[in-house]
Amino acid sequence: MSTVSTEAPPGADRTDGPRRSHAPKRRGPRRDKQWPAYVFLTPWMLGAAVLTLVPMAVSLYLSFTDYNLFEAPSWVGLRNYREMLTEDPRYWRSVGTTLLYVVVAVPLKLVLALGAALLLKSLGRGRSFYRSAFYAPSLLGASMTVALVWRALFNDGGTVPDVLGAIGINTGGWVGNPDLAVFAVVLLTVWQFGAPMVIFLAGLQQISPDLYEAAALDGAGRWRQFVSVTVPMLSPVVFFNLVLEMIQSFQVFTPAFAISGGSGGPADSTMFYTLYLYERGFTASHMGYAAAMAWLLLIAIGVVTLFLFRTSRSWVFYADEEGR
Amino acid sequence: MNLAVKRWAPHTLALVGLLVLLYPLVWLLATSLKPADQVVTSLDLWPSHLEWSNYTTALEGVSGVTVTRLLGNTLLIAGGAVLGNVLSCSLAAYAFARLRFRMSRVMFAFMVATLMLPHHVVLIPQYIIFNQLGLVDSYWPLILPKFLATEAFFVFLIVQFMRGLPRELEESARIDGCGPFRTYWSITLPLTRPALITTAIFTFIWTWNDFFTQMIYLFSPESFTITLALRSFVDQSSTSAYGPMFAMSVISVLPIVLFFFVFQRYLVQGMATTGLKG
Repeated sequence: MSTVSTEAPPGADRTDGPRRSHAPKRRGPRRDKQWPAYVFLTPWMLGAAVLTLVPMAVSLYLSFTDYNLFEAPSWVGLRNYREMLTEDPRYWRSVGTTLLYVVVAVPLKLVLALGAALLLKSLGRGRSFYRSAFYAPSLLGASMTVALVWRALFNDGGTVPDVLGAIGINTGGWVGNPDLAVFAVVLLTVWQFGAPMVIFLAGLQQISPDLYEAAALDGAGRWRQFVSVTVPMLSPVVFFNLVLEMIQSFQVFTPAFAISGGSGGPADSTMFYTLYLYERGFTASHMGYAAAMAWLLLIAIGVVTLFLFRTSRSWVFYADEEGR
Repeated sequence: MNLAVKRWAPHTLALVGLLVLLYPLVWLLATSLKPADQVVTSLDLWPSHLEWSNYTTALEGVSGVTVTRLLGNTLLIAGGAVLGNVLSCSLAAYAFARLRFRMSRVMFAFMVATLMLPHHVVLIPQYIIFNQLGLVDSYWPLILPKFLATEAFFVFLIVQFMRGLPRELEESARIDGCGPFRTYWSITLPLTRPALITTAIFTFIWTWNDFFTQMIYLFSPESFTITLALRSFVDQSSTSAYGPMFAMSVISVLPIVLFFFVFQRYLVQGMATTGLKG
């Protein structure tokens, strides 16, 4: 492949950076030159500049314009934002759907992941087999294939409505029902609890058995041990998983796209934020509008993350004062 | 008696959980082998007889492009992405983990911050750039960014791993006269193998599964990946082609399943130690 050769070969120090020779001042057996670091960083710096920083600036600019990719962008000031926030019911629908999804799917997924991790920990033999098997759905989770399977399973006459019908709950097909379609997506996400499960399991295994012994000596039962030992010791991992899942869930795309055939239907009920962004930008050619949507998404994720970090001080417990 | 219950309860629970979790995948496999009439009318999980012709139909591919070609395309993209990520992310990570330079704190903070950046913020300008360069509907937009260490996840992962390595070997290499490149290449990189393998596996799987980027950048059927082909296959065919459609689905995830069986040990370890997502 020819792409490889475009990589700056080690030793070709084109980026010399500020070659200030303050090396003699440094202590230590060797002189530390800075230029090798910049050579190592050349690909990353190029990527950060050309594919991250510049695009961020451009997308911020575009969010104040009307742009259809073919004609020059025309400045419209805050119109995109105003239209989005005050005149576009579909925008708010997508916000509502996405929030509902985040609020339902993330806690469900984490609870299931923690439950599975606890279950796996209590298994002696076969733990690694089950761990891999429970992880399998997550591996395929983001793929088109799974979304197609999901659509068939939750459709009219699919397994899920049939099984529910057999026990007296007549839901009909979920995929065509505006009230239920979003929950088909929720369950698809929850089904892939493997990644947080593995992280929880690793966290559980790091809790010292001494703590449980001490608690047992003090007369704590299983539940009490869970509440007083497991939960606080695991809280950094819970926090980590929570932040990660939350950031990802705001950006859910493929399942919604596949289940609705790309339409976000029925009746916009699976029109998630990023699906609407795609629809505005790439289908309807309102790139400026889509850029504005992307910036509000960034702000929303930033705000929620900040909020989680703030509240974490009161419930995340670090055994060693330094954190991690 | 009570003890036996205590002992077996978790295993039973795990088994039941396993059945529910794997049902969709079993269903996928079963449906891919069902004859057309059984797909629509029957609720049986198992096919009445194995309809291998579903697979022959699927192998013909979409719009005259065979599945072999589609798999080859996908492999090319995934392979390029793996090579790019391993190379560029390890280079950057070495600088962050082991070398001293001005701005290192600022740059590192920026790198970590991009972990949270939704892809959509840079998506449209990136698209415009590649469009201006005439590279839309080629593999460049999918592969080139990987050679520029744009996936901060992996840079971060490798940094964390390298920081945990003992410095002694590198220092003695330097005293023996190795420059930073030599040290990186022949001392640090081999020691970093587990993190590099994790990077490679996840890059492969994510690229293989990716749909969004591929959909945006690729138009012509000859350049399609298996995922894109699967989607147009769905659009073209009616419910009667369920069998072939799911046969193609099976083919499309087969490489990942194989990958999983071969590398699952590394995969789960890597994720547990770094908190990577799957």
